[in-house]
Parts: sequence; structure tokens; C-alpha cells
Amino acid sequence: MRKRKGGGAPPLEFVAGNGLMHRRALLQSGVMFAGALGSGATLTSAAAEPLTEPEWSLYPGAVTPVLQTPSKYEKDVVRTLSNPKGDARTQHARAPLQKLNGTITPNALHFTINHSGIPDIDPDKHVLVIHGMVKQPLEFTVDALMRYPMVTRKHFVECGGNSAPMFSPEPIQAPLQALHGLVSCAEWTGVPVSTLLDEAGVDPKATWMLAEGADSLAVSRSVPLKKAYDDAIVALYQNGERIMPGNGYPMRLLLPGYEGNMNTKFLRRLKVVDQPAMTYYESRNYSPLLPDGKAYKFYFVNEVKSFITQPSFGYTMKGPGFYEISGIAYSGTGRIEKVLVSADGGKSWGEAAVEGPVSPKAFTRFTMPWRWDGQPAILTSRAWDDSGAMQPLRADFIAVRGEAKKVPNVLGFPNQHYNSLTAWGIQNTGEIKHVYV
Amino acid sequence: MSTFNPHGTALLVTLAFASAAAFAADSPHLGKPVSEADVKAWDISVLPDGSNLPPGSGTPAEGAKLYVDKGCNQCHGDNGRGGASNMLVGNPSLTADGITSNKTIANFWAYPTTLFDYIRRAMPWPTPHTLTDNEVYAICAYLLAANNLIPQDQAMNAQTLPKVKMPNHDNFIVKFPDRI
Repeated sequence: MRKRKGGGAPPLEFVAGNGLMHRRALLQSGVMFAGALGSGATLTSAAAEPLTEPEWSLYPGAVTPVLQTPSKYEKDVVRTLSNPKGDARTQHARAPLQKLNGTITPNALHFTINHSGIPDIDPDKHVLVIHGMVKQPLEFTVDALMRYPMVTRKHFVECGGNSAPMFSPEPIQAPLQALHGLVSCAEWTGVPVSTLLDEAGVDPKATWMLAEGADSLAVSRSVPLKKAYDDAIVALYQNGERIMPGNGYPMRLLLPGYEGNMNTKFLRRLKVVDQPAMTYYESRNYSPLLPDGKAYKFYFVNEVKSFITQPSFGYTMKGPGFYEISGIAYSGTGRIEKVLVSADGGKSWGEAAVEGPVSPKAFTRFTMPWRWDGQPAILTSRAWDDSGAMQPLRADFIAVRGEAKKVPNVLGFPNQHYNSLTAWGIQNTGEIKHVYV
Repeated sequence: MSTFNPHGTALLVTLAFASAAAFAADSPHLGKPVSEADVKAWDISVLPDGSNLPPGSGTPAEGAKLYVDKGCNQCHGDNGRGGASNMLVGNPSLTADGITSNKTIANFWAYPTTLFDYIRRAMPWPTPHTLTDNEVYAICAYLLAANNLIPQDQAMNAQTLPKVKMPNHDNFIVKFPDRI
């Protein structure tokens, strides 16, 4: 990529095919755009009618509520439910990532998966027990944990089955929310697990920790002590307020970068042991099947991934001219280092701007200025992290992991741990299709 | 401090470090010491080597009756052939339908102890934690026998269950060995 030296207004710089501009083009060249893009005519047409006072400016507004909710005009910005009537099975709520911006998922919109409904837990009666291969088993009330030194960290949580529709042999025509809505990012505050384990005194021969929730299924997963001591948190707060009921109130285990199911919600028990329990979820659901009939176990990590959130399926282009491509990148193995964007289906790539500061194992927002010429284009993104991991191209990913033989139900989980590319085909009509590249 | 005092500043810094170190070493210790006996009712985790399996026993015949009496068939179908919830009896090929092939107890699960652990902690879905340990052993025995993994008359208990050979046991690849 060409680097510009010195000041002054630079020429408009295209860095890749189909109108991708240098990531700092807008910041650097400002006013040069209107003319350069040849779309200046549309910029002034909206001002044809003189301004008048709107109705809401003519009288005082509503009473301030104790708890704010979004504007009624944003009523469509909601999660989508897989099981709205609460039938006797798992309930998924997918986050509307294509309608959000920044890197934090608001608590009301954070994705949730609950396998037997949301338990109604009284925090005054809930306790966390640590036992097993420890010197002294301990029982912690919520009040006691609230007195501990806490850490605050921004981390994504992603279901190990997120993006499962991408295993379809043909691109499923569905919004980003349906394809990738089982991931969200929040600022979590809580007590390092290592603090509590040290107080209990872990036997040096122990290697694993069994985490268990207070939900009716007592969902349980085995966690390597290596991870518990690395960066695990007993989280009590989510984006500054107490954890949402659906996200594990009054406390959950947070294992940054590890598949959501391991981040035990409604956490009530940690048992220190010397072998994994091979619970149902680790034995079956989160052991992804490979094309030769073998399967991975202890996959754990949500690997580096990115997707463009705007524009994406469901949006209709407003005519040729300037758009900001915007998306999310994240990695369970580190900090996002670089995101490349293509507007020609991967033939040429330009480096996106990455909003900083970039936190490890957290959503990172990337943007790219783009001039759409009204012709077909294919937008896609690809991310790298600071551990050297890169998002695999689809052909390479499928060669190892395989794909479904027929188009699966978009709500289904044909396989787990998809982290290859997502692409949007911009039609000359302005419609956007989900395509593979 | 109203005036700059290098010596005083150094002393304050030293005190701050000493205090932080002492605090870290102490830790708050606000947990209530309990015994394993206190935790017993919650300690339902069963390990693959059979640790923590409770006393008790159950036969396939007893389990077959419980499978209907406890309503397992309402979600998992008659004879475990599947319904709204997973198929429990059946041994399809793990390559028949590529990477979406049906993962069952017989063709996929690596450890028999997972059955006891999961049924005791989570089933029946509407009324979990209501089965006795004998009943859980019996339902395990029924499902293992129906899958031809044990003889039709073999009782399951803390000694026999962990020894059941699971056909797919050796077909797993640890994805990230350095993370364990």
C-alpha cells in the first residue's frame, strides 16, 4: 500500500478494486469527495423546502422513567427468538448485530442461549461452592464476592455453534443476525477465579475444574485449570450493571475467548479435579464432527473471525456514491491486528481502519470508505490477530472441516466453530444477497 | 503535599507497594469454610473413571419400564428412536451424512459415565433431580442394552458402568493440546 508523506490535501486514493478507498481517505481529504465521487448533485437536493419547527419542538416532552428503554422508533432493533413459546427445548436469542455499531452489545440485546428457561435466582440465597481437590472447600455468598477486588475487561462471548448456517453448501439468504447473531461483546466485571482458587488451596495434582450452574439442567463443563488461572473471571457485572438474568444472574463464569457454553451461567459450583468430566455438552454438542467421521474434542477456542455488518443482507443500497463499510472482528486467541476488506469478492484487498484501543478477545470495529458505482460488487472481510492466526478462506476451511450435504435449517446447528469469511453480493438493483467467495 | 519532597514521595511509594503486597498475600478470605459432606447434595459430577458414582444398581428391564413411566418417550420417541429430542437408540454411520451425521450414544459418545451424569443432572427435562440413583442406573442400563453395548441382562452400577466399552472412544482429536 502506498504511503503518503507530508501535509496538504491528498488525491483521492483507491486501494483496491470496485471503489475501496484508503482507510483514512475521509479524514485526510475531506471536502475533495463530493467532486471526486461525481455525486455532488444529491448533496443539495434535500434542502429544497424551508425548515419549519417539528411538532416535538413545540411542547415539553415525556416524564423521565427510572429505567430507560430505546426510542419507540427503534422497535425493530430486537433479538430474534428460536423458541418464543418456551417449548420444552433450548431457547436462543440472536443479537441484531447488523443494526448496532461500536464494539459493545447493549445488555438488552446481548445474545442468550438457555437450555431450560431462565431461572429466577434470589441473590440473597445463591451461593458459589469451591471444592474437590482443595485444602479447604469454601462457600461464597454473593455479598461476600461483592467485597472482593474486581477486574473489568471487555470480552466477546460467542456460542460454539455460532455461524453454523455457514456450513450450508449454498449461501442461506438470511440477515447477519440469523447467520452470526450468537455472539456479543460486553464489559464484564468480577473476581478473578485464581483469587478464589488460591483461597481454597488447589492440590498441585489437579488439572481441571468442573463448573456447574444453578439452572434446572445444572449445565456443567470441564475447564482446564490452565485457563482458570490465566484469565477466568467470576463475573457479577455486565456493561456496568448486574448481569442480565438470561446471561447468568447473579454470577457467571467468564472464560475469555472460549465457546459460550463453557462460560457457565448461574454459576454455583466449581469442583477441582484431575480429569475432565466429559459432560454431555463437551462429549456431544461441542465436539465437532469432521468429514472422515473423526471429531475434535476440547475445541474451546473461538478462532479469529470477522464479518461486515453494514451494508449487509436486508439493507437496500440508496444509489451510487459514498458508503462506509463497517464490521466486527474478534479472536479468542488474541488482539485483532489487521482486517482486510474486498469489494470484488477477494480479487483485491485494502486494509480497513481499526478503531482503537483494541482489546484482546473483544469486538473490534473496522471501517472502510467505499464508493459504490452502482454495479455488482461483492463485499467481504478477513481478519488477523496478534498471535499470528488468520481467518481462513472458505475453500481452505471447507477442505478441512467439510460442509453440509444439503441446505440446513437456518436455526439448526449442522456443525460448530465456523470462522471463515462472510460475503455480501451487492446487486445493481441495490439489493444485497448472501454469497460465498 | 504542599511542597515537593523527594524523600517523602519515595517513602509513600514504598508504603503503597508494601501494602499492596500484603493485601495480595492475605486475600479477602470471605468464603465460609465447609466440608465435602456439606456439599454432597450438589456434588453430582461423575468422572469417566467412575469417581463419584453413587451406590445403587439398575437393570435394562427396569430401565425399559422407567423410560415409559417417567415420560422419556415423550421427547425421545418410542424405544429411544428419537422425536422432538435426540435419538437415543440407533447406530448410524458417522460419515453417512457428512459433517451433519447424527451423533448418538452408540456411534459417538466416548464415555458411558456421561450418560449417568447427564440423566441425573438434567432429565427428565420438565422434572430434573427427581430420579433415584437406582432409577438412573436402570435407564442407563436400558439405553446401553438397547444400543447393544451391554448384554440385555447386565445391571449397571458403580463398578460395571465405567467399564462399558464405547465404540467411538478413540476417534477424537484434541484440537488445541497446549491449552489443556
